[in-house]
Formats: sequence, C-alpha cells, structure tokens
Amino acid sequence: MAAAASMMPYFAQQISSKNDLVPDWMGQEVSTGTTIMAVEYDGGVVIGADSRTTTGAYIANRVTDKLTPIHDRIFCCRSGSAADTQAIADVVTYQLGFHSIELDEPPLVETAANLFKASCYRYREELSAGILVAGWDRRKGGQVYCVPIGGMMVRQPVSIGGSGSSYIYGFMDSNYKPDLTKDQCLDLTAAALSLAMERDGSSGGVIRLASISESGVERKVILGNQLPKYSTH
Amino acid sequence: MALSNVFETPAPGFNFDNTSRNAALEGLFDGGQTPKPMKTGTTIAGVVFKDGVVLGADTRATSSEVVADKMCAKIHYIAPNIYCCGAGTAADTEKTTDILSSNLTIFSLNSGRNPRVVMAVSILQDMLYRYRGQIGANLILGGVDCTGNHLYTVGPYGSVNKVPYLSMGSGDLAALGILEDGFKHDMELEEAKELVRLAIHAGIMSDLGSGNNIDICVITRQGVDYIRPYQVSEYKDNRKTKYKYRPGTTPVLTEKVVRLKLEVVQESMQRMDTA
Repeated sequence: MAAAASMMPYFAQQISSKNDLVPDWMGQEVSTGTTIMAVEYDGGVVIGADSRTTTGAYIANRVTDKLTPIHDRIFCCRSGSAADTQAIADVVTYQLGFHSIELDEPPLVETAANLFKASCYRYREELSAGILVAGWDRRKGGQVYCVPIGGMMVRQPVSIGGSGSSYIYGFMDSNYKPDLTKDQCLDLTAAALSLAMERDGSSGGVIRLASISESGVERKVILGNQLPKYSTH
Repeated sequence: MALSNVFETPAPGFNFDNTSRNAALEGLFDGGQTPKPMKTGTTIAGVVFKDGVVLGADTRATSSEVVADKMCAKIHYIAPNIYCCGAGTAADTEKTTDILSSNLTIFSLNSGRNPRVVMAVSILQDMLYRYRGQIGANLILGGVDCTGNHLYTVGPYGSVNKVPYLSMGSGDLAALGILEDGFKHDMELEEAKELVRLAIHAGIMSDLGSGNNIDICVITRQGVDYIRPYQVSEYKDNRKTKYKYRPGTTPVLTEKVVRLKLEVVQESMQRMDTA
C-alpha cells in the first residue's frame, strides 16, 4: 500500500466541503445513537434495542437489528459507531467461535465479555463503541456484562446503554426489582425502551426483544403502532 | 485472518498511509484549494422483488457545479450475479468495485463456486473499515445467489445494512419517499422496474447533483438485464453546430520530413527449448 501511494500523483480526497452538492450529513459517520437494555432473570436474560441508525440528522436504517448473535446463547447489544461495533462484533464472533471449538464446549458469557473488553480497551482511542454482552451459560446462568466506551467491563443485573439511556435511568432505578420473571423482564424492557424512544431523537423505529435461556433464543418485534403508550397530558 | 482467495494478504491493523500523503499535498498547494475530486452526487436505488433484485441509477457525474459526465455508468459489474451501484467520490467507487470484482473472480476460479452477495459485502466492509472513512464510497450491492435475493448497503466507514429496498446519494431523500410509498414484498418484475424508475426520477427532479438518463439493472436467477439507458432525459438539447472538423479544414503550407536515425546496438538470439 505504501509503495502504491508514492507511485502516482493523487489529489487529496474530501468527502464533503462547503461547495458540495452532496449534503453535509453524507460525510458523517453512521452512528447507532441508540437505546439498548439487558436484564438478568433466573434462568436467562432478556435483551432489547430500538431500531434506528442515523447519519447526522438522517435515518440511514429505520429497521436496524442491534441485537447481534455472538454465539448460540450469547448476544451483544450495539451502540455507538455502526462500523466500529459491527467490526468488533465480527472479530469477537470469530475469536469466541475458535475458542469454543478448541474447548469443545459452549463458551462462557464472561469469556465473550472479556474478548469485547480486550478489543475495546486496546483500541479505545480509535473506537466509539458501547456494548452490552448478555447470554446464558451452564456455569452462572443468565448474565449481563456492560462494556461501555473506554473498555471497562462489569457485570450488572440490569444495564442500559446508548444515547437514549440517559432518559430512563430514573425509570430503571424505581421500577427494577430483583427476582423478576421472564415476562416481567420483557414488559419492563419494552416499557423502558418505549419511554426512551419517545424522548431521544436518535432512538426510534421498532423495539426488538430477545430472551436467551438454556432452551434457546426467542426473538420478538414490537412494531411502532403497538408500542406501549405513555402520555404527559 | 488471511483470505486464500485474495491476491495479496492485507496487513493487519488500520491503514493510515494516505494521511501523510494528504498532508503533503495540502502543503503543495500553499494552503489554497486542492482540486476537487469528481463526485457522482447521485441518486441510486435498489429493490428486492419476487424473482431477484432491481438496481437503478442516474447518469450525472459532477465536479463542483459543472456536470463532468452526462452518461456516467454508476452500476458496476462485480460478478455475473452481483452488481453494485456507487455514490460518493467517483474514483473511489470505481476502484473499490474493480478491486472487489477481481477478488471475487479469483475466488471463483480457486474454489469453482459462484460468489455470494454476502462475501462481496464482507470484503467491502473489511476494506472500507480499514481505511477509516478515507475512501468516500457509498455502495448499494444487489445480487442473486443460491441463498436468495439480497440487497445490502455499505457506508464509507464500513457499516453494513441489509434491507429490502433503499436509496443512496444526494438524491436519496426524494427517491426514498417514492420507495417508502410504493414498496411491497414480492413484487412482479414490471412493478419493481417502474418503482425504481420513479424513485430515480424523483431524485433527478429534486436534486441538482442528479440528472440526465436513468440506468436500470435487473438481476435474476436466469441472468442479468443491464438496460442502459432505461429512460432518456426529456431535456436533451440539440447542438446547433458540430465541433468536429473534417480533414483538410486547415491548409498545409509547407511539409518537412526528418528521418529518425536508429542504429542497431546489440542483437542477441536465444533458442527456445521445445519439447
């Protein structure tokens, strides 16, 4: 690559500038500007996300799937730069798959979370990725690990992330109780995401939910017109 | 991770080679404006229908306010069953799709298999992510393979979206309005072509960076129908004079022939080994 760069005269490339017919938002990086959530229950986890991907003020994809499978019983919820999180998820999927084949055993959620942390921490200056790792394994059951921007990793019974999460911290603190059932977790997640999507401009679309347990993964979509409704007046 | 089908194994890590070159170039122009690259300032769209994928594009390429090319081809060949529309910097989309096409051909020859759309997407995503957005290519990839009909979009930073219909380029908002209104799952071929034509037309009418003719590319299991142009612009002008001059227009006054002296310096012969 270095040799090629010195061979021919090039002109500097710009993606956008003042005089352009291409609007400003075309040059901006695609961000998942999101609301994501993960809750542990006895026997598994429930994860949820909105479905909006934005490039500046434009919604590049209104039906995004931010719940990405890493392994059979391990998912990650992605927030931050779409490109960065997709790339990291691909790398971790490969590393975890390899590790699992070596061990001849389903991998641990903690392992997946550590792999995410390793990538996010090492390249913390270049990356913009906030990830929730959630899944089920035989050793510790349902687990949720939070790997925010900067590369910290910590296990939490319930975790929220993304730009819309700021609006629902109060809701979470007051409505989450330990020892919820799976259906209560699904309702709580749907309600929380719905509230965040109402207030945050970068979150919206549909709610994608998934519940992961020993028996497998069940995915659900709550469409725009079926969202729980809240009104201030 | 090394791909055995790719001609050269990419170096691991991020590639910052171009940043020093860009900085040097800026210095060369004494802080003035570097020449603007030719951008396609485009409307491109794609739709998945019952039997395959329809891709559409306008044909205008602009360099700032001037139309540089009125009949630019924005739908690029990737593989016999995969085509790609490109928006963004014209050179970037051309070169990126060329590289992708070569890699997939090598893969096909190596493995004896037809390439899949998801492979093309992965290779593109990997390359664009490594260049950290320095390659200004917004691409729509569409194709039909053994797993079905697929439509993907890849952004300049390396983000991928898989959707049943989409539009990109500066005219994408206008085109998307038409697509959102008219799209249905499992459309027939004529319906799908008409929808894409209307979408590109909306882009042409509402966006200064898009214009001229409309190209359509229909990809199905049976093959590819690349219709260029599908619809010719209704604003075609008629030139009043011709700019070509016939031989003899300029009179020749004198003629002088000077022979180039060449002398044979060395001659050698090597016999070819024949079996």
